[in-house]
Amino acid sequence: MSDRLDSLRERYGRLGWPLGLAGAVLLAAGTFLSWSYVATILGNLSVYVYPGSVQLFALFLALVAIAFLLMYRGPLHRLGDWFKSALAVRTLGLGSAVFMTIVLLLIAVQSGGLINIDPGGWVSWLGSLLLAVGGQLMEVRAIKDPIYARLPGWVEILVIVILLALALFGSAFALGQEDGSVFLLFFVALGTAIWALASCGFFTWIGILAARHRRVLMLGAFVVAFLFPFTQGGSDANMSIATQVIIFAATAMGLNIVVGLAGLLDLGYIAFLGAGAYTAAVLSDSAFATVGWKPPFLLVVLIGACVSATLGLIIGTPTLRVSGDYLAIVTLAFGEIFRLTMGNLDGSNGPNLTRGPNGIPAIPDLVVFGWDFGETHTVAGIPLGRFANYYFLLLIFAAFVITVFVRLNNSRIGRGWVAIREDEKAAEAMGVNVFGLKLFAFSSGAFLAGMAGTVKAHQDVSVTPDQYVFLNSAFLLAAIVLGGMGTVAGVLIGSAILQVLPEKLRFISDYRLLIFGLLLVVMMRFRPEGIIASQRRKLEFHEEDQELAERIEEIHLEEEEVSS
Amino acid sequence: MTATTDAPASPAREFGETVLQAKGVVMRFGGLTAVNDVDLIVREGEIVGLIGPNGAGKTTFFNCLTGLYKPTEGEVTFKGAILPPKPRKVVLAGMARTFQNIRLFGNMTALENVMVGRYCRTSAAGFTSIIRGPKFRREEAETRARAQELLDYVGLGKSGEYLARNMPYGDQRRLEIARALATDPQLLLLDEPTAGMNPQETRQAMELIFKIRDSGIAVVVIEHDMRFIFTLCDRVLCLVRGETLVQGSPAEVQSDPRVIEAYIGTGDEDDEEAAEVERELDELDKRFPAEHPDDAKRTTDYPHDSRGATEGEGGRQ
Repeated sequence: MSDRLDSLRERYGRLGWPLGLAGAVLLAAGTFLSWSYVATILGNLSVYVYPGSVQLFALFLALVAIAFLLMYRGPLHRLGDWFKSALAVRTLGLGSAVFMTIVLLLIAVQSGGLINIDPGGWVSWLGSLLLAVGGQLMEVRAIKDPIYARLPGWVEILVIVILLALALFGSAFALGQEDGSVFLLFFVALGTAIWALASCGFFTWIGILAARHRRVLMLGAFVVAFLFPFTQGGSDANMSIATQVIIFAATAMGLNIVVGLAGLLDLGYIAFLGAGAYTAAVLSDSAFATVGWKPPFLLVVLIGACVSATLGLIIGTPTLRVSGDYLAIVTLAFGEIFRLTMGNLDGSNGPNLTRGPNGIPAIPDLVVFGWDFGETHTVAGIPLGRFANYYFLLLIFAAFVITVFVRLNNSRIGRGWVAIREDEKAAEAMGVNVFGLKLFAFSSGAFLAGMAGTVKAHQDVSVTPDQYVFLNSAFLLAAIVLGGMGTVAGVLIGSAILQVLPEKLRFISDYRLLIFGLLLVVMMRFRPEGIIASQRRKLEFHEEDQELAERIEEIHLEEEEVSS
Repeated sequence: MTATTDAPASPAREFGETVLQAKGVVMRFGGLTAVNDVDLIVREGEIVGLIGPNGAGKTTFFNCLTGLYKPTEGEVTFKGAILPPKPRKVVLAGMARTFQNIRLFGNMTALENVMVGRYCRTSAAGFTSIIRGPKFRREEAETRARAQELLDYVGLGKSGEYLARNMPYGDQRRLEIARALATDPQLLLLDEPTAGMNPQETRQAMELIFKIRDSGIAVVVIEHDMRFIFTLCDRVLCLVRGETLVQGSPAEVQSDPRVIEAYIGTGDEDDEEAAEVERELDELDKRFPAEHPDDAKRTTDYPHDSRGATEGEGGRQ
């Protein structure tokens, strides 16, 4: 297949650029025409003269494609030395073709026939196809190593700030989309643009920038996350999703220590979240709480975390001596045992601690330092509802978890974990305390999950055993694998995708699992290191890193010559 | 099979105290006796060679010494204390090893690999790693500095940022030695340090081992390269089918007809290999006349040109 493409490229390579440009222009032009005869589909696509709704996404894709085409040849030529613009055009071509096809299909299906597609739709569709073909025909030019791209420091920081601002407004916009199809199309368009930027090497450069200005980036990301509730104008609908995302992300980050750093496959991790939640529930002011002691919330957080960590130690001590598949099975069983135990501690089979399958409902909202989480507070004229309150608290939690993760990773402990993951025997022979470190990974992961669980109990109002089923453990793991094991950004992105998509795409909720399964399979085939790859993982999965190996070999040969 | 009990402690040269003493080590896997009643003494400042045909039990014996296996019988003492059969505790006691098939942490950089070796000599725990007080930072900086120093020592000072898996083969071997040295050992066990190396790399490895010995670390080395072993070692132990065949000075061992027989066999199944080994042994005979092995001082254990090369090349790193 790729051989045939190569020979085609050789023969018709010169046609690629003009075809691509024509396609991009057609795609853009089409958005100014009407796409649909019926005015109620996907917003309003039946307007001539100016683009609207999803047409804007197509226009955006077309403009990005034109920019890359002009980098390839034309006025932006010098920028093209730094980016593989041909690869970006290829991705944009394929993405916009998929995008336009989905749009036309949606119009046809929802209005009852292809006849309802207006000429503009066909023009844009044709344009996207031309762009796809043109992109495929374009030859990839060699580029300079982005590590040498140096801009003044403030410009680099500005780039980071702009990207973060775009992320803030992009996510606010995406969450604001009520129509599932529009959201899906936005997701496709955004994904295409991001993929294009990634394939042209833009993100390599951003990665270098991020490494240069790490503190700015971390602080900026936190500020953006902090500002998010203020873009919602007091609406709780999206804040509830955002809160779910953050709780999920904080838990996944704890699991990331266990799976991503120490390389232990834990399939029952949700039980630790549950342990924290149940601890908070039985110690809460709820009328159904089974323990009479009502300590302040900060103490409850600590107790919940410790209960969870203790469980981690108890389950870890005997099982961490086995490894690989065996550990996975044992943890899987532990997760189920936890759920069943919580479902049975109802007084008839043992002490009445959890009220069995009914769980503990009516957990009151938190009141910390006089701040009632259940009330709406108005800050700077913007009302912040119940979920926004929890969001802020969870944000602090998430920041804490990320700090713990990053600091442990860059320490003696983290090196020990990676060594164990790489070669357990060799690590042991080098004096690494393998069992101790594994146990520490397991229990510290449990500790963090327990902490998150205590907040979750109050935010969810009730705690029942069926919130802590195996499926949730699987989702946590999927978020890590999808996002990129052992990375912070990857796991955050993975959690966001896995939490937001099902909320927004209600119409596919029946096929949710099927789609995630497919997504994971596709991911494993084409990008096994996840969306964001840690340097290590990338090399682990792409064995034949010939280029790098050869470069190193060359340097060595030179050294040998010099020395002899 | 006749095992010579050529007393391991024949005081040929002036060495320091006994570092490692293995007494009557037996290792059985079910019905198979891989190592049978092997004794070994290693003293400070000594290089001991362990030779033997394939399957003689050399690596198994190594694994018994380093705690990877628990010997079925016999005991291993290190500086007078019995070693627990736990690799981690063996390393803590001061004995480090390399592996026959290189076992680096491939996806870590060279520097990180060596830093892992420092693990057992540092103490920052989880909590301190999160808080990051001045003590943690100092220790981290020390670890880094020491690791870089060791990379310089083995001649990989410039390769610190490369991933171990991408390094050339010879460098990987040296990196493994650096990683082992990072554990501050008093005894270094090298399992075929020159396997698969070209002559130039072998020579460099030899120089490195001398340098390590001169810094006061005893070395036990398994090797198939006879020239390497007889040039390098103060004492050689030859294992055959898990039993001690000969133990003594290089000259004694190489002139022992049983050693040649063990390697070549009495039959004629592999003439070419036999001829080669014989040729090498002949050449060694010429180079190191072995009339007075007992009087030999350390300086005569290897040719002067090699020593000169050590010093001359030493400046390279």
